[in-house]
Amino acid sequence: MSNTVELPRWIDVGALPLLNLLLALLVSALVVLAIGENPIKVVEILLYGAFGYDEAWGYTLYYTTNFIFTGLSFAVAFHCGLFNIGAEGQAYIGGLGVTLAALYLDFLPFPLMLVVGIMAAAIFGAAWAYIPAYLQARRGSHIVITTIMFNFIASSLMVYLLVNVLRPQGSMTPESERISENLTLPFIHDMAASFGIDMASSPLNLSFVYAIAASVLVWLFIWHTRWGYAIRTVGANAVAATYAGIDPGRYIIIAMMISGALASFMALNEVMGVQHRLLIDFTAGYGFVGIAVALMGRNHPFGIFLAALLFGMLYQGGAELSFEIPTISNDMVVVIQGLVILFTGAMEHMFRPRVTKMYTAWRLRRDRMEAA
Amino acid sequence: MHQMHGAGETGAVQPAIELRGIDKRFGAVHANKEIDLKVEKGTIHGIVGENGAGKSTLMSILYGFYQADAGTIHVDGKLCDIKGSEDAIAVGIGMVHQHFMLVETFSVLENVILGVEGGAVLRDGVDKARVELKRLEREYALDIDPDAIVGDLSVGLQQRVEILKALYRGAEILILDEPTGVLTPQEADHLFRILNTLKEQGKTVVLITHKLREIMAATDNVSVMRQGAMVADRKTAQTSPEELSELMVGRKVLLRLEKGAANPGATVLAVNNLCVDNAQGIHKVKNATFTVRAGEIVGVAGVSGNGQSELLEALGGIRAVCEGSVTLNDQDVTPGKGVDAAELRRRGVAHVPEDRHRMAMVTGFSAKEAAILGYENDPAYQKGPLLDWHAISDATAHMMSEFDVRPDNPDLKAANFSGGNQQKLVLAREIMRDPELLLVGQPTRGVDIGAIEFIHKRIVAMRDAGKAVLLVSVELDEIMSLADRILVMCDGAIIGEVSAAEANERVLGLMMAGVDPNEAKAKAAEGQA
Repeated sequence: MSNTVELPRWIDVGALPLLNLLLALLVSALVVLAIGENPIKVVEILLYGAFGYDEAWGYTLYYTTNFIFTGLSFAVAFHCGLFNIGAEGQAYIGGLGVTLAALYLDFLPFPLMLVVGIMAAAIFGAAWAYIPAYLQARRGSHIVITTIMFNFIASSLMVYLLVNVLRPQGSMTPESERISENLTLPFIHDMAASFGIDMASSPLNLSFVYAIAASVLVWLFIWHTRWGYAIRTVGANAVAATYAGIDPGRYIIIAMMISGALASFMALNEVMGVQHRLLIDFTAGYGFVGIAVALMGRNHPFGIFLAALLFGMLYQGGAELSFEIPTISNDMVVVIQGLVILFTGAMEHMFRPRVTKMYTAWRLRRDRMEAA
Repeated sequence: MHQMHGAGETGAVQPAIELRGIDKRFGAVHANKEIDLKVEKGTIHGIVGENGAGKSTLMSILYGFYQADAGTIHVDGKLCDIKGSEDAIAVGIGMVHQHFMLVETFSVLENVILGVEGGAVLRDGVDKARVELKRLEREYALDIDPDAIVGDLSVGLQQRVEILKALYRGAEILILDEPTGVLTPQEADHLFRILNTLKEQGKTVVLITHKLREIMAATDNVSVMRQGAMVADRKTAQTSPEELSELMVGRKVLLRLEKGAANPGATVLAVNNLCVDNAQGIHKVKNATFTVRAGEIVGVAGVSGNGQSELLEALGGIRAVCEGSVTLNDQDVTPGKGVDAAELRRRGVAHVPEDRHRMAMVTGFSAKEAAILGYENDPAYQKGPLLDWHAISDATAHMMSEFDVRPDNPDLKAANFSGGNQQKLVLAREIMRDPELLLVGQPTRGVDIGAIEFIHKRIVAMRDAGKAVLLVSVELDEIMSLADRILVMCDGAIIGEVSAAEANERVLGLMMAGVDPNEAKAKAAEGQA
């Protein structure tokens, strides 16, 4: 018997995240005021920069694509009770898989290449996630520690590979050869053009569609298959899982490998979609921000989509902001993004107890009035 | 014998505790309905009621864990505002919880002074405490070594440390919440002697329990709660267990189940020389050998923590065994070697575990999700690669109507059902699979009396349908009324078997304490003579 009533869904997934977001924006406004700029103007530029014109939309959704993948990655592991901080490394290694496939299997026709690219990314990302997963499942090494370490290992490994192995002869930059042009993902504006629709050019590409598809698949997997059921059981109550004959270790490994594969799809967007080669540090922190995206989206694909859109907006609008207002440097934009992550992700539970209390009091009064 | 302390009406002596109009709601649940309660100074006052009747809520309000929505608390006639346990301690109320709040690696002395060390330097406080502790022990015959490590003490002694803690903090009023749940009958008797000593020294004791036998044996006055309301106050000497149980339930209940004679058939489960270790590598089950035949209920009695849980979990495939074998209908199913809980389920073993919340269900799941736990791979629940939630919903609704689960809503969160209804849902899930062998642990723990009757009938119906049933329970009444044969476990070993006919509380109690069966029967006979 608890002392409070449960919050209705609209507060839990709607009002609370919104409240956290507003607080983040309020504190950001104070910071903006402190450096002598007008917060209202900043918000205007931010919104215009993110949604104000065609090209802006394209960029916003391009960033959103990355956040959807890393957010989904975190969510799947989280449903199994695992805090996977390793999306960064898993995506990085996934990028290696995509690049190798595109460079060495360049004789494949594009549709087949797309499938092979997705598979290569998934296999590499999942394999990288497998090791910490195995250590957690069978040796009890904590997943948070091992995935952090594996981010560092991935980073070092990729530097080595890019400098010593993948760098074309004569090149001075640590990046791989370009992949063949007919193997890259089509840009959305090019696809639109072939239907006679005129769109501003942007990095938004086919992987955005795949991100939406992946969201639907994750939703089906988690809530509508017996494997998803098993994963949720392990995450919520490992003892009950054992009682039911569900081996928690097995599902920890499965969930982590799926998580690693989802993270690695970010490389489809970056490597096959936009950069067309493997760049050093191309993951650029998307893996970490994915944690905030998933937490804000309550680990539900639809929520993750909305949260990813928000962060896509912050990234694109933020870039515009530092361009438009020189006193707001790129670092300032990072501060604002950081505040949003802080309030929506890390301090997610700040308002919850108070809101729950208020809601409980309101419900009690209503119940009593109804009874009277 | 029975002293008339209750002359409170004269106004000469103020009651130790007086609650007036205490009212408390948790959302839609009205846990306490305008409760009035008077506890006279220097008495042992029992509070009985079914699980969920509101006893614990009332005591939590008195001890400051919850705040009442309305009503007042008076201690020694003075109005008190108790906002937390510090306030309760300050007015002389001490509480001994059902689950002890002790640091196992600390000594008795260290536990007692925890939180009242008296200054930054430990030594002064410790020396003073030692003197005080010696005095308390002598005065109340607690008989406990202040330097013993709490983790090494038996459960009964740990409970005395809790009492000591309360007394050291100057408690004049001691509340004990279900204090005998973890004790052998002999340990419980010792506890009641201590409580009597406390009473003689002028302390007031409030005893919360659902065991009528204890109320009759130990208390001066008794208050009965039912569905959040205080329904009766009685002098113990002027009431009877029958009257109290009627008051608790609101109707006459059959304390003893009507059932026909067992008609055992072929051996279903054969356990041979089974040993089970816990995570620390300590033998929890030692060389257990027994059989369960079709059409009989075999009960396993014992004080909780003597290996019954591990035995049940091993047979359910949750815990690996380290020695011995288990056969089911002559096929080897020794858990561990490729045989897990899922495999046992496929072979017709249903398992209702002891701990509903920890093991039998995921409380965050909806009822329909809870209703497929362990059977989520059943083809009837699949539609291609996806789960067929319509079929699952229908199956859950069917379980709910068969087992009278209320409310009968498959989409409601499992946590929002009462304990009895959760348990009925778990039983429905396991029994409606029509298993060969039903393993069932504490089937009625935290379940109200109405549901107990229903659950017992379903278990007997399983037996009458020719199924084998292994029942583990710490409730002797339950074991005696359900089982056809009773195995008694003590310290991991099965120390003997008693047929239902020759079982009584005294024999079982002695065996549970480790007395050899023959000796126990002789002693018990002696006691009766």
